[in-house]
Amino acid sequence: MDLSKPVDYIERTTLQYSALGYEPYQWAHRPDQPPWTPLRKPLSNSTIALVGSGGAYREGQVAFHWKDDTGIRHIPTDQPAGDVRVTHFAYDLEPARSDPNIVFPVDRLNEMVAAGTIGGIAPEAIACMGGIYSARRAEEELAPAIVGAIDAMKAAGEVDLVLLVPV
Amino acid sequence: MGLVARAIEAAGTSTLSLTAARSITAAANPPRAAFVDMPLGYTAGRPHDPEFQTDLLSQALAAAWTITEPGTIVDLDVGWSDDQAWKDAATSGLDNGIRQADGDSRSPRLAEPQYQFESDRAAAEAATA
Repeated sequence: MDLSKPVDYIERTTLQYSALGYEPYQWAHRPDQPPWTPLRKPLSNSTIALVGSGGAYREGQVAFHWKDDTGIRHIPTDQPAGDVRVTHFAYDLEPARSDPNIVFPVDRLNEMVAAGTIGGIAPEAIACMGGIYSARRAEEELAPAIVGAIDAMKAAGEVDLVLLVPV
Repeated sequence: MGLVARAIEAAGTSTLSLTAARSITAAANPPRAAFVDMPLGYTAGRPHDPEFQTDLLSQALAAAWTITEPGTIVDLDVGWSDDQAWKDAATSGLDNGIRQADGDSRSPRLAEPQYQFESDRAAAEAATA
């Protein structure tokens, strides 16, 4: 491949699954125009809510299981990323366990608030575990749970932009 | 996560989807996305490199404010390394080009909670008791 171009994981995983004799995987395909909510304030005045699908949880919470877990975990953003645990079936956990900021960048966002780059960070981040094989379950179970959590945050304070960090 | 971004945006909150898997994000077609040329598992940067991570996030967030057309993916000037050899072997999951795995590059899909530390299990059980 042309190494200057992004890796096409759809193509590669399709070939890999085929070689392993697995059923082809169907990625979600939504060619229609996406929903749109305009940004209303500059970045420096905007409160960011973090949603990470790297499987973060904190001590005292039940960890994600590795079979289409569509649950969410609320993680206070005034805690350092070093306190966050991560669990996931589909990426190499060792580096993220060494520095959770690479999948759950809460330390960096707090520093950006202190530096005035962003207006604020929502008091809680939402963690989930990606790799839900069923798009239907992602849309009917996971998405409404996250939307509900964002709505609850907006009822209690501000959220101007949700930053989604997949793995 | 593209589907989640669409749902959040439909419910009235703006989103930015960071992504290291450009084709998967393009297929799900979230409202605003920023692509970083990083291996899977390193979406928000190199470990223990706060300067890199801050630059990545700053570029990504700033990009959100440049997008006017729903479904735009901005390609950021952020990559894992000048040496792009990792892309040769990267497939998905555990076999991300940084670490190699044979055959199926995903861990078993288990229906029981998978704790990072065994002590987390006891803490969770105490909290939910």
